[in-house]
Amino acid sequence: MTALLVSNAAAENDDGPRRRGGLWTSFRHSRKAMIGLVIFAVFTVAALFPGWFTSVDDPNALQFAPALPPSWDHLLGTTALGQDIWAQLVYGTRESLIIAVVAGLFATVLSALVGISAAYLGGIGDEVLSMITRIFLVIPTFPLIIIFATYAGKGTLLVVLIVLVVTGWSYGANQLRAQTLSLRNRDFLESARVRGERRSYIIVAEVLPTMISLLVANFLGAALYSVLTAAGLQFLGLGNPNSISWGTMLYWSQNQQALQTGMPLWSIAPGLCVALLGTSFALMNYAFDEISNPALRPVRRRRARRADTAGH
Amino acid sequence: MRYLLRRGGFFLLTLWAALTLNFFIPRFMPGSPLDALRIRTKDKLSTEALAQMLTAFGFKPNENIFVQYWDYLGHMLTGQWGISIGGTLGQPVSEIVMHALPWTLGLVGVTTVIAFLLGSLIGVLAGWRRGGKLDSVLPPIFVITSALPYFWVGLLLILVFSVWTNGWLPSDFNYDTSLQPSFSWEFIGSVLQHAVLPAATILITSIGGWILTMRNNMITTLAEDYVRMGRAKGLSGWRVMTTYAGRNAFLPNLSGFAMSLGFVISGSILVEYVFNYPGLGYLLYNSVVGTDYPVMQVLFMLFTVAVLFALIACDVAIAWLDPRARTEG
Repeated sequence: MTALLVSNAAAENDDGPRRRGGLWTSFRHSRKAMIGLVIFAVFTVAALFPGWFTSVDDPNALQFAPALPPSWDHLLGTTALGQDIWAQLVYGTRESLIIAVVAGLFATVLSALVGISAAYLGGIGDEVLSMITRIFLVIPTFPLIIIFATYAGKGTLLVVLIVLVVTGWSYGANQLRAQTLSLRNRDFLESARVRGERRSYIIVAEVLPTMISLLVANFLGAALYSVLTAAGLQFLGLGNPNSISWGTMLYWSQNQQALQTGMPLWSIAPGLCVALLGTSFALMNYAFDEISNPALRPVRRRRARRADTAGH
Repeated sequence: MRYLLRRGGFFLLTLWAALTLNFFIPRFMPGSPLDALRIRTKDKLSTEALAQMLTAFGFKPNENIFVQYWDYLGHMLTGQWGISIGGTLGQPVSEIVMHALPWTLGLVGVTTVIAFLLGSLIGVLAGWRRGGKLDSVLPPIFVITSALPYFWVGLLLILVFSVWTNGWLPSDFNYDTSLQPSFSWEFIGSVLQHAVLPAATILITSIGGWILTMRNNMITTLAEDYVRMGRAKGLSGWRVMTTYAGRNAFLPNLSGFAMSLGFVISGSILVEYVFNYPGLGYLLYNSVVGTDYPVMQVLFMLFTVAVLFALIACDVAIAWLDPRARTEG
């Protein structure tokens, strides 16, 4: 049952581990991956040095005339409350990016912990851990997040992060468990056991390195999930309404009926940024899928018909 | 038999976990919602009604917490869901929920199934003609659409098809409120018209994932020996594509479908919110705004039950499609 779920990434990257240096090379040669990486880099620069892109210091201050159309002074116009939309967009990058990277990272760590130890423990420990994993996979997380955030008193950044990690790890754990299981009886692990290495050493030094591409793919997936979920949460008004982030901008624009009052840029622009950041993660993730599973790579030459029967 | 028991146990356990989360979250969160609830309802409800409401909600301050928990489980499972304490103060929760349920089932349920089946079909075709037009154009596009925020697609559609075209398609509610609900063509037409934009939103954002996974499964399956065998026997391409490759490639997609329903529900909550569509998702949003705890907990339980039902349905479908699943018992 679980084996069926890990359709592509986990099962077939048998040839991946050996050529670790090749991972970056293949990544660089994938156009999808590079586009994703460039988008991500642009957002990272904006998050680190927002001052380079706008002269406004405090994007939340109500310092301009409300509802101005786009002009040289205000590239995307101003909000109904009198804030510069472009400046908000630039400064909002930081929080959205932090949420994506931090939540993605911790979710990946948690899924590696649970997934790998489940497969490695075996027996009753495995039963319990994978049962928990599957329960978290099935329970609809967004309603749970909404309820949790409401009780926790409209999320500070920390609450949002915790909630995203708690709900975002299960998919990766399931994948990593399957992958570890398929590795468990390989010769190189057997020889490490025979050498008398400690379990922790085997897991960290022997098992983990073979799963780098899967871990990266998991991180990208979790980051994508976090970007979209956090934006949705903030859009509903369950984030901190005074913070500067794309989701909060969307909340205020919806609150002020931006679409219906002729200020579509106010809600379209931050949504586009969320979509772009999400796209960058999705593109890189997809590229990793192609790298770890050669069968999925785009067919370039005309011998397509023959190639697909040959397999790998 | 053992398999059935395991699956059954899993379903019960998941349901229990969801209910338990429901029970304990309000009790261990800072700023006791119970107090908030008492303050809110102080002058609106008689002490008797308040006590009755708290009981239904599972709070019996004098009782042992385990007794409370046991009673709460019983109430949830038998449909004694208490009364609303939000904007619809005093109305039975079951009534409110039953009012919203058909709209969500009709919109989200139908659209999701359509997206899944259509996406799988396109995925089969794309994977079959490897390197063909469909296969080289579709994947990048759908990688992008599956990363779009549901609500933002909804906002875009509203902007283009409703605001810019002066309300060509309606952007909120489930039907024209000047009409009386009835089985007339006018009313049904209005319902369908109001469903177009939200349904399109769900379709656009969810179909990409199905296409991609189905295409990838298809490619992996096409490399199998039995597919080559089918070709060697001289069977028609259509036959090999559908009954040899497609049927096998579809299995992992089906279990993936059941597993990702949680995500679909999440997206649908936002879509219903954007379009003010009075289904369960919109109800959840309203209950959050009005801190209507009884409604919230019932909705969360129902969402979990919905996913579990879908899982069971997929299990049955898999057993029907895959003889191996039947014999492995």
